[in-house]
Amino acid sequence: MFKILKYSFYDLMRGRWAFLYTAFYLALTSTLLWLSPDLSKVIISLMNVVLILVPLIATMFGIMYYYHSREFTELLLAQPLRRTSIFFGQYLGIALSLSASLLVGIGLPFVLWGVFSSDSTGEWLMVLVTGIFLSFIFAAVAYFIALNHENRIKGFGLAILAWLVFAVVYDGVFLLLLTMYNDYPLEGFAIAGTMINPIDMARVLILLQLDISALMGYTGAVFQKFLGQSFGMMLAFGALMMWVLLPALGIRWVAQRKDF
Amino acid sequence: MIRLNALEKKFGRLEVLRGISLTFRDQGITAILGPNGSGKTTLIKSILGMVLPNNGSILFNGRDIKGQWAYRDQIDYLPQIARFPDNIRVRELMHMIRDIRGKVPAQQDRLVELFGLGPYWDKRLGDLSGGTRQKVNIVQAFMFDSPVMILDEPTNGLDPVALIHLKDLLREERGKGKQMLITTHIMHFVEEMADELIFLLEGNVIFQGRTADLLHRVHEENLENATAAILRDRKIDRVNGHAFTRVTPAFHLT
Ligand SMILES: Nc1ncnc2c1ncn2[C@@H]1O[C@H](COP(=O)(O)OP(=O)(O)OP(=O)(O)O)[C@@H](O)[C@H]1O
Ligand SMILES: [Mg+2]
Repeated sequence: MFKILKYSFYDLMRGRWAFLYTAFYLALTSTLLWLSPDLSKVIISLMNVVLILVPLIATMFGIMYYYHSREFTELLLAQPLRRTSIFFGQYLGIALSLSASLLVGIGLPFVLWGVFSSDSTGEWLMVLVTGIFLSFIFAAVAYFIALNHENRIKGFGLAILAWLVFAVVYDGVFLLLLTMYNDYPLEGFAIAGTMINPIDMARVLILLQLDISALMGYTGAVFQKFLGQSFGMMLAFGALMMWVLLPALGIRWVAQRKDF
Repeated sequence: MIRLNALEKKFGRLEVLRGISLTFRDQGITAILGPNGSGKTTLIKSILGMVLPNNGSILFNGRDIKGQWAYRDQIDYLPQIARFPDNIRVRELMHMIRDIRGKVPAQQDRLVELFGLGPYWDKRLGDLSGGTRQKVNIVQAFMFDSPVMILDEPTNGLDPVALIHLKDLLREERGKGKQMLITTHIMHFVEEMADELIFLLEGNVIFQGRTADLLHRVHEENLENATAAILRDRKIDRVNGHAFTRVTPAFHLT
């Protein structure tokens, strides 16, 4: 598996997209740091970008890489390799290259700025960690979709749709439901509803870490009030773990059954 | 040894292999024949574990290959369509395959020389002509000295000179006692090279044996006519209300 991972990783890092992606974060983070002396504000701005952009780019990389390396995969399948090694190797290659871009793009400017001697180290780490989680999750979802659809246009469409649902549609519908039924006690529903969406989960984690009640929003506040900060965080991390695991299991399931 | 037991494969409702049982000869060249879409590639890919059968089993050296992968170390494979990643160079491709196999190629340089690939060594695969890509495909398949070779239409797109080199190579490998499964539509090639034929039709094996036996059975002088006769006879049988496959027991040699 590590050989495949290595090839996928280098293949991606060599490409211009990974370079652009990293450069974008470098520019964004540096600009934000330069514009504002308040680290919390920088982190909140960054969070808003990361929560939308990381899932989108991870989706694109996951789907494109599968189709792009379809021929090579066929070559690999005839070699003395486990099927799961081939597909997990590729998936991990994608996820790790996305993570590397994040680490460099968001990590480096903060380190140079001196984040370790500030009191925002925790929040900064939380943005990085949730960003990496989202990269793994959405790359896995997209790769799983690609594996299921030989028709590229269909696969691409479905993957973008999945991103759209989690990044945009879900919150709208969810909030609508919450306001429609706001006469009822909705805390349990709010918590469950948030845990279903990995992007919401990442947002709650960062907000809990920031611990600014004014910014918490309804679901964040519910998490803090009913679960407490540390238990809320544990639960949120658990949910993110599940979100990494489920599509990965899906990839394995399909990889073991598919004809090439 | 490669053995198929009642192998069945469907793609959706299309039954491509309908219960194939046979043992391939252990040494020499077995030609797998059959019209387009008769399931030759499907059969080959099943042996490689790329296509997963719905029913039946495949034994490689006596062991069921289901869920196995290490046995592929014994097989060199040449895919029918030489599809490689477009944007990597020939050099990089060869390096990757070597690295993944974890073996030192027995005769890479010689093959590169033989097929005149030197000038293309640093070119991107996407920029190569179809025939040149097929030569890369051949080098890739022949460079390790595995005991089993599975070649899916190796003659695809080759010029006459390259074809002669290919035949020489095959004879050489046969001399080493290798087992080779080859599909092709070129009947002269089969007459010249094959030690045994396997004829696939509508998901069944309708003949396994020597070329001469097949010619004798259909009273034809050469394979091209024999193949045509088989396909035509099937039509006549259809008109008579018999499917050709009903006649197969008489045809089958084992
Ligand atoms: N992955 C797949 N999904 C669906 N159908 C498939 C798949 N692979 C092959 N088929 C179908 O199975 C049948 C047999 O295909 P196969 O490639 O095995 O034929 P073949 O004998 O190799 O033909 P040719 O001489 O043209 O190479 C064809 O009808 C083909 O369309
Ligand atoms: Mg074929």
